[in-house]
Amino acid sequence: MKSPHMRVVPADVHAQLAGVTRVYPAADGGPGVHALGPVDLSLRRGEFYAVIGPSGCGKSTLLDVLSGLSPPTTGEVVFEGKPVGRTVPDGIGIVFQEDASFPWLTVRDNIAFGLRQGGVDGAEIDRRTDYALAFMGLRDFARAYPPQLSGGMRQRVCIARTLVMQPRLILLDEPFGALDAQTRLIMGDELLRLWRETKATVMLITHALDEAAMLSDRIGVMSARPGLILAEIETGWSRDRDSTIASDPAFGAITSRLWSLLRAESIKAVGGSARS
Amino acid sequence: MTRLGWIRFGIVGGAIVLLELMCRFGVIGRRVLIPPSDMAVQLWNLLRSGRINNDLSETLLNVAASIALAVAVGFAVGSVIHALPRVRRAIEPFLASYYALPFFAFYPVFIVLFGIGRMPIIVIGFLFGVVAMVIATFNGFDRIPRALVRTARAYRMGPVETALKIKLPYAAPFLFTGVKLAVAYSFIGVIAAEFILASSGLGYSIAYAFNNFDNRTMYALMLLVIVLVTVVNALLHVGEARLMRRRGL
Repeated sequence: MKSPHMRVVPADVHAQLAGVTRVYPAADGGPGVHALGPVDLSLRRGEFYAVIGPSGCGKSTLLDVLSGLSPPTTGEVVFEGKPVGRTVPDGIGIVFQEDASFPWLTVRDNIAFGLRQGGVDGAEIDRRTDYALAFMGLRDFARAYPPQLSGGMRQRVCIARTLVMQPRLILLDEPFGALDAQTRLIMGDELLRLWRETKATVMLITHALDEAAMLSDRIGVMSARPGLILAEIETGWSRDRDSTIASDPAFGAITSRLWSLLRAESIKAVGGSARS
Repeated sequence: MTRLGWIRFGIVGGAIVLLELMCRFGVIGRRVLIPPSDMAVQLWNLLRSGRINNDLSETLLNVAASIALAVAVGFAVGSVIHALPRVRRAIEPFLASYYALPFFAFYPVFIVLFGIGRMPIIVIGFLFGVVAMVIATFNGFDRIPRALVRTARAYRMGPVETALKIKLPYAAPFLFTGVKLAVAYSFIGVIAAEFILASSGLGYSIAYAFNNFDNRTMYALMLLVIVLVTVVNALLHVGEARLMRRRGL
């Protein structure tokens, strides 16, 4: 308890960023690139939180710092009351945007990889892997290799691989960014199902307004680089929501609220100037 | 067999039949070339007599040692240098122009350094193969997606574990190209070195037969070399095809 930030953490806060910045050093020893922050962000235990922002605003950097994949330049990251160092703490699962399935392993072995790595006993590995295969609709593909599957199926493999580790905080970095629009809606529903079932806290990084509006309890809206949290929006959806809420009038209201916050930032991000 | 397979088979078979006929009907003189069927018969007799067993095993051992060294050292050096981008950029032109160097011209140096016997031969075979393996390792490691390395970190794997459990299996099909080249270059290096540096081995035996006007033995041994290389390459090809098919490449 060295830091003043840690003393004020309420019991239902699962993970917290306090005054976090990230500056990428320049190769020639110059001032470097200020990618993020300062950001203050609290994830409540069990909530579905989306981070949305224009491209290049440091969303992925935020995820890297929160997960321990890269250290913050300043500030502090806390997960379950413990500071996050330079390694990914036990209890955090990450799904990346790019296909991260292992092409040399079958779907089953992909899913079991982390459990084997962690020295879990064989019967337990089988039990959890069977469950994840069934849950993600992959049972018929257990013996297939990822290159034989579609992009959506490969991303399911990656989600299943994270799921079997029983993470308490799941971080997803634009996991559906490479998928077509219909597959994205379906994967969104599956993600909601997974969230309800596991009772994990979920942080989803996305650039899609509809995805953020549909899936989340709360949405953090980020500015153009260096990324700051401009606003946090509560959606007020019930816990058993699915993609059909797209026809709810509240969905349109949230989406247009997000866009009004993001429009100027997105124009900045592509190098234009906002006209009113 | 596929249609293309039959065409290839026809080309090789046709060439052999043509050669056979030209030799049989005196278009090509007996002192120049013996008929392919005679080569096969002579090779069969040589193998049965056991006269070339020592030479054969000697050469195979040299080749195997060269390949093993080239692949192991090439992979190790390649993966270390790959992790040091500046070193890699500095030495890449040397690697690219490496095969322009006619290093057989330096064979006396190898004798001075390694004496006579098997050592300089294995070294030449190794030197021929190793750089191909280094380049293949670069190529394979370049293709490893960043997300896989980050996944390894999410599983709290260290650099060595990541190299062996993530990078090596991912890059395997590309490393296979290096293995195939190392095999081919090692054969070339070893047999050519045996011509000039050895007192046994297949390369030496071919040169010995040539110097003694023993055409029948010489051609039989050449046929043996061709058969050896073809069989080894066919086996490698089957292994590679299986690996690539599974990976959808």
